[in-house]
Amino acid sequence: MSKMIEGKIVKVSGPLVIAEGMREANMFDVVRVGDGKLIGEIIEMHGDRASIQVYEDTAGIGRGDRVYSTGAPLSVELGPGIISNIYDGIQRPLETIFSLYGPNIKRGIDVPALDREKVWRFDALVKAGDQVSGGDIYGTVQEGDIILHKIMVPPKMSGTIVSIQSGDYNVTQPIGQLKTAGGEVVDITLMQKWPVRMARPYKEKIPPNTPMVTGQRTIDALFPIAKGGTACIPGPFGSGKTVTQHQLAKWSDVDLVVYVGCGERGNEMTDVLREFPELTDPRTGKSLMQRTVLIANTSDMPVAAREASIYTGITIAEYFRDMGYSVAVIADSTSRWAEALREMSGRLEEMPGEEGYPAYLTSRLAQFYERAGWVKCIGSDGREGAVSAIGAVSPQGGDISEPVTQATLRIVKVFWGLDSALAYRRHFPAINWLNSYSLYRERLAPWFAENVAADWNEKVAEMMTILQEESSLDEIVKLVGVDALSPADRLTLEIARSVREDFLQQDSFSEYDSYMEQKKMSATMDLILSFYHKAQSAIEKGADIEKIAELPVRERISRAKEAGSDSYQAVYAEVDNEIDRQLAALLAEEETV
Amino acid sequence: MIREYRTIDEVAGPLMLVKQVEGVKYDELGEIELPNGEIRRCKVLEVNGSNVLVQLFDSAAGLNLANSKVRFLGHGVQLPVSRDMLGRVFSGMGEPIDGGPRIIPDKTLDINGSPINPAARLYPNEFIQTGVSTIDGLNTLVRGQKLPIFSGSGLPHANLAAQIARQAKVRGKDDQFAVVFAAIGITFEEADFFISDFKKTGAIDRTVLFINLASDPAIERITTPRMALTAAEHLAYDCNMHVLVILTDITNYCEALREVSAARKEVPGRRGYPGYLYTDLATMYERAGRKEGSTGSITMIPILSMPEDDKTHPIPDLTGYITEGQIILSRELHRKGMMPPVDVLPSLSRLKDKGIGAGKTREDHANTMNQLFSSYARGKEAKELMVVLGEAALTPVDRLYAKFADEFERRYVNQGFYENRSIEETLEIGWELLSILPRSELKRIKPALIEKYHPDYRNKDKAD
Repeated sequence: MSKMIEGKIVKVSGPLVIAEGMREANMFDVVRVGDGKLIGEIIEMHGDRASIQVYEDTAGIGRGDRVYSTGAPLSVELGPGIISNIYDGIQRPLETIFSLYGPNIKRGIDVPALDREKVWRFDALVKAGDQVSGGDIYGTVQEGDIILHKIMVPPKMSGTIVSIQSGDYNVTQPIGQLKTAGGEVVDITLMQKWPVRMARPYKEKIPPNTPMVTGQRTIDALFPIAKGGTACIPGPFGSGKTVTQHQLAKWSDVDLVVYVGCGERGNEMTDVLREFPELTDPRTGKSLMQRTVLIANTSDMPVAAREASIYTGITIAEYFRDMGYSVAVIADSTSRWAEALREMSGRLEEMPGEEGYPAYLTSRLAQFYERAGWVKCIGSDGREGAVSAIGAVSPQGGDISEPVTQATLRIVKVFWGLDSALAYRRHFPAINWLNSYSLYRERLAPWFAENVAADWNEKVAEMMTILQEESSLDEIVKLVGVDALSPADRLTLEIARSVREDFLQQDSFSEYDSYMEQKKMSATMDLILSFYHKAQSAIEKGADIEKIAELPVRERISRAKEAGSDSYQAVYAEVDNEIDRQLAALLAEEETV
Repeated sequence: MIREYRTIDEVAGPLMLVKQVEGVKYDELGEIELPNGEIRRCKVLEVNGSNVLVQLFDSAAGLNLANSKVRFLGHGVQLPVSRDMLGRVFSGMGEPIDGGPRIIPDKTLDINGSPINPAARLYPNEFIQTGVSTIDGLNTLVRGQKLPIFSGSGLPHANLAAQIARQAKVRGKDDQFAVVFAAIGITFEEADFFISDFKKTGAIDRTVLFINLASDPAIERITTPRMALTAAEHLAYDCNMHVLVILTDITNYCEALREVSAARKEVPGRRGYPGYLYTDLATMYERAGRKEGSTGSITMIPILSMPEDDKTHPIPDLTGYITEGQIILSRELHRKGMMPPVDVLPSLSRLKDKGIGAGKTREDHANTMNQLFSSYARGKEAKELMVVLGEAALTPVDRLYAKFADEFERRYVNQGFYENRSIEETLEIGWELLSILPRSELKRIKPALIEKYHPDYRNKDKAD
């Protein structure tokens, strides 16, 4: 243990504090500031002067107040007890803080991230004498009903197990001892620490080829994301970013979700906190909270901790990835994180780039998204894990030409562009089908053909074509009116409306529609396209398009998906027959006239 | 011991540099004594070695570098609070200006508050009936919500805010209710409109007013809303009252902030507003809510005028990202004489879904709301098409939609500032309007609800 480094404050400007006498301290060391022991981090050194970003409100701090370096970088505690918890941006447990200090967050609170008292049942998988290296699994702890928490050898560590014992432990009690390659004997505990700004190591990255199934029709069918992929959701306020992200957090088929509320509304985090425990995961049948970790740094909490919250979130995600799980990190919103960067940059008097954002904005964003991926984990059993990163972006004025959106688009592979015009029409999710894209579609096509329906990709392509045609036909209609179109084109318009209203729109607040399984999604596409093809041939035989548009079966098509997952096949088949009957009746009527 | 300094070195705009001070803390409140004995207040913005940069709340006129004295008071800006503040009028700095005595404080609070732990928040879900159809029916307000009114110059936002303050109630409950009103740089006439409306309805006895008029010092506007919120927090969380906070006009607040930022030569964000405008607004807006350990709540209605009616201007834009929705007023509807001119389509209440439905309003509320929104949107599109191509070019269904849109504006939106509609009346009008459309178009409503509430079915029941 090196000696405690102590400095004195010379300057305070908002969350930035400059202290002198800090020559011995390391860059990015965590420091405690003033009598209130506020938490801060060294972000610049000039001679013996350290610039410190403070994660708490600095009111009441003045010249001459002392600063102590802890000698360690900003780190998170990783071990049993993380799941279902809610943390602030620097991993302080908010529920514990609430019970200890009341409903408002005071300053200088020092509460360990993992409950020190709670006892966990540990089952050893290795025995004395075994050779282990970084990533190997000592044993397991069952955390909640879903996650089997694997206690791993920390990266970069290796050696021979001296002793290890199954039993009941808290996170700091030694569960055994390890003799390292250097001959030193160290205690093994359930907990390890990792600095948040450093990516956890892996053996190799593998290009992802499995979709992250979300149960959202627009996403799964038109713009799918891969497990281990990256996506962004830019949109002006009121376009449904947060609802879309909540939907992903609820229904994605991943093992764990880390939800980072970064500079957003307090009530939204409360909503997740109160709603998730009551929702059931369709795959495990257990409460969704049992697979969720929340990081909440709401907009009224100190701005510097907002900068750290994204790293805290992704480090936790990487830790579970290393166990071989598939994890999704959902960050709402990366624009607030970028603003925190901008604010610190301004206080450091750095030369600004575009719109006052620092020049390193793009590289910082890239560093964050590059920590996502499908990887072969460290450890000798060759397991694989994935971190998928999804970031909301809040472009000012909804104008996506601003720097944060543009920097993000250069990195991520999926773009779900939200559109306020759709939101005004209450078309939700308001993902614009004309300008959004997914670069994973090709790569994931074989998976859908194999696992859902052989013709899945053709159906999706046909729907996209219909929507494309609609947008060009709309231009004509606006100029010369709908009467000028051929019956075939008018049918296309009608079907496009059906695709939009009956397929793309999905009500996240309805019990039956919030989540849709893949097979049913495929059947819904079949039904819409079946009507299209049959109506096409009816028109060729001389049926009147106006009458086709008014067929009562169309309402049944749109309501068919209300059928439950066990009975929908029969309902869909019945509606399909009804299409035949009504079209045939229509043709017969035409002939008699 | 409080030391006095005569070391003022620079005064520029709202900023002042004091040299050779000791023991001064960031964000500390200071007092400047002018040679004539007048006292002005200031706040520490930056401590740099032995120099401190302070922000003046009043004008710098008459300030004399050689003979003025500065004292630092050892604490930040504070507000003495008490339940007796109800019925009183205070300045933007929290001094009583109604000629009454100083209040005897229950306690003295720092006006910056402290962030609410998200784990301690209670999710707002109690329906507030405002009696305004476009709000209750389509953009429902709930207790603890922050729902701003985006307006423009010349639009009747004050009338709408006063109507809400007058009519708002939680049904079936008779809780203690208070209004905290902060006038931030508005004109005397506009402030007077609110005050006389509160007086007329007797609401003045349960109202706390903080008044910074257009003629008062601009920099004081930075503290005015925080004074109001501190008083509101005391009433809500210590006295367990339900407080409605009206802040008008946030645009003036942001301009004061920009003035200080520009004087400090900070790198500006968009349109010269400081890069931290979002964070600064958030620390204000996020003080609305409900939390565990208290039965009170703070519901906030900030009013802001959008320069050039531009919703993408930084002030409405950043506000929209923080608040839980927005009520937008439309110049077009106002010109048509529709009162209150709420522009329904871009307006939004994010918390409505948990505040409506069976047990809160009525089971058909959510379905009819979505149907009204999408039908009105389609009706407006049809009307646009009609302007270009003439009515004959529309399909029969689109003609009905166009009729629906007109009727919707005439009957649903245009209710006037003095009609107080119950939620049932609002829902009823909604159904009557929806019955203009063919039943097959009502895709967003469950068939069972249509059979129960659709006027056609109910009339049939009566006929039977």
